[in-house]
Amino acid sequence: MRRRWVLIVSLSLLLAVVICGVLAPYLAPHDPNIVDLTHKLEGPSLTYPLGTDQLGRCLFSRLLYGTRVSLSLALVIVVACLIVGIVIGCLSGYAGGWIDNLIMRANDAILAFPSLILAIALIAIWGAGWKQMAIALVIVQAAYYVRFVRGLVISLKQQSYITAARVSGTNAYRMMIRHIIPNMLPPLLVVVTLEIGWVIMDISALSFVGLGVQAPTAEWGAMINEGKSFIRSHPRLMIAPGILIFIMVALLNLISDAVTEKKGLGSPLRRKREAAE
Amino acid sequence: MKISTYLWKRIWMTVPVLLGASFVSFLILRLTPVDPAKAYLAVSNIRPTEEAVSAIRAQLGLNEPFWSQYAGWIWNLCRFDFGASFYSKLPVTSEFYHRLPITAALALSSLLLAILVSIPLGIASALKKNRIIDHACRLLAFLGASIPQFWLAYLLIYFLSVKLDWFPLQGADSWRNYILPSITLALSLISTYSRLLRSELLKSLDEPYVLYAKARGFGMFAILTRHVLRHAIRPVVTAAGMNLGKLFAGSVIVEQIFGMPGMGGFFLESVFHRDYPVIQGYVFIMALVFVFGNLLADLIQALLDPRLTLSNEKGGGR
Repeated sequence: MRRRWVLIVSLSLLLAVVICGVLAPYLAPHDPNIVDLTHKLEGPSLTYPLGTDQLGRCLFSRLLYGTRVSLSLALVIVVACLIVGIVIGCLSGYAGGWIDNLIMRANDAILAFPSLILAIALIAIWGAGWKQMAIALVIVQAAYYVRFVRGLVISLKQQSYITAARVSGTNAYRMMIRHIIPNMLPPLLVVVTLEIGWVIMDISALSFVGLGVQAPTAEWGAMINEGKSFIRSHPRLMIAPGILIFIMVALLNLISDAVTEKKGLGSPLRRKREAAE
Repeated sequence: MKISTYLWKRIWMTVPVLLGASFVSFLILRLTPVDPAKAYLAVSNIRPTEEAVSAIRAQLGLNEPFWSQYAGWIWNLCRFDFGASFYSKLPVTSEFYHRLPITAALALSSLLLAILVSIPLGIASALKKNRIIDHACRLLAFLGASIPQFWLAYLLIYFLSVKLDWFPLQGADSWRNYILPSITLALSLISTYSRLLRSELLKSLDEPYVLYAKARGFGMFAILTRHVLRHAIRPVVTAAGMNLGKLFAGSVIVEQIFGMPGMGGFFLESVFHRDYPVIQGYVFIMALVFVFGNLLADLIQALLDPRLTLSNEKGGGR
């Protein structure tokens, strides 16, 4: 019962944050990128709810817009990972043989590195920027999805209904689309909720060191990077964006904990269990 | 399967992984959209005339066929020769040589701190299940899993260095410089280890041998130290081995924030300089640390729990 409440409360809080991000152009009192040096480093006031930064930009508006940047980037990266992971993982797990071997060796080579370090090295090849960061993160993270999906496909392949489908002449493509992928999605989606939190952290960490989203864009990690020089005089510039990253990641952690510990909650998950039995 | 056979097999399994990792780190220089020779000249502030570019290309061995370049790279890796830095022109190995101790000290002190804190926390929260201490540990674990590391570093700097002036802000001159970075890196480990230990302890405390030991009149302390902890500590040891790579990876950002002249901060600088030999060398060394951390974890696991290797005999397989 308690888990259920945790899930409901954290889901609705997350929804509220998402709505704030989506409606940022209507909710934000100021343009996040308008520089106004006559109002720089002001404390909180009625016009500037959280005060202004070193260039006189409204901190509150920048935080709101930052929600959009982090959320949309994280979503794009996770969906790309999911697609790459499903396509390559299915190919590897279903085909078996030398194809499987080749893919898994390549995958092992990527997994042999700490993921953030390989991502930084890949960004070093192409130069800093949000697109390069997104591609690097997809390459590095998708390897985990490939391994996970391959494992799911191999265990699904042994189910009797797959054998039944194969015996009745279903071809490989149809088998994937109709039987294997739909049964694989529920456990994958649970992984994804946790994954989004990690991706948000990675995005902010990479942007913080200056390799991801670049300076004028209101991104939380980049904002902490800009605010760190004012740690003595105006710590709120550094503290406020961090609180938002923390809240997002904490909510996603709570949700994925609640979902993984009580698997009967969502109907798709129940379907998967019945299919497995 | 005999345990020594298992160990050998496990050790041999790292060879193809390391070969793959060497190939990935080799590719880094070959995938660059800019000609590496031009990157070299740009870093050295030399005008990229045609002769200069072709001279550097010859010097870097870029005119040779792809596979002979790779063979040369493998041969150099075996001798720990990553070439010379584009920026400082010194051999990459000697650049790493005086930075490695700082990073290693940081990683090990974080690991030590994490273990020293999480063992008592795990024991306390298992023995006092669902009491205040258990809830406090749960909250700590939750915070550790959700706080971004680089932000935690600045919070510690703000509250403990700026406000209270307890710790130095930058550098790596004395042991006091290592305290805040170690706390930063250790917090997320503490949250994992203490929860892991708690759940293992709760499992072990239900075993019949614990009841028997109680019946024989042993105190809780003796039961814990003599019997239970030996079993419950196992997953923590495994996790510690596997986290070695994570610790080195975390040191990249933490070293930069705390201005420690270690390998991680140097790597980050090199990324901005496009100093590819340093990047390649660092990435490969990190793969070594990561792969050997995992290997170590598996070997310790096998030695502590012979059942794992025995189950292989029954066709279980790992």
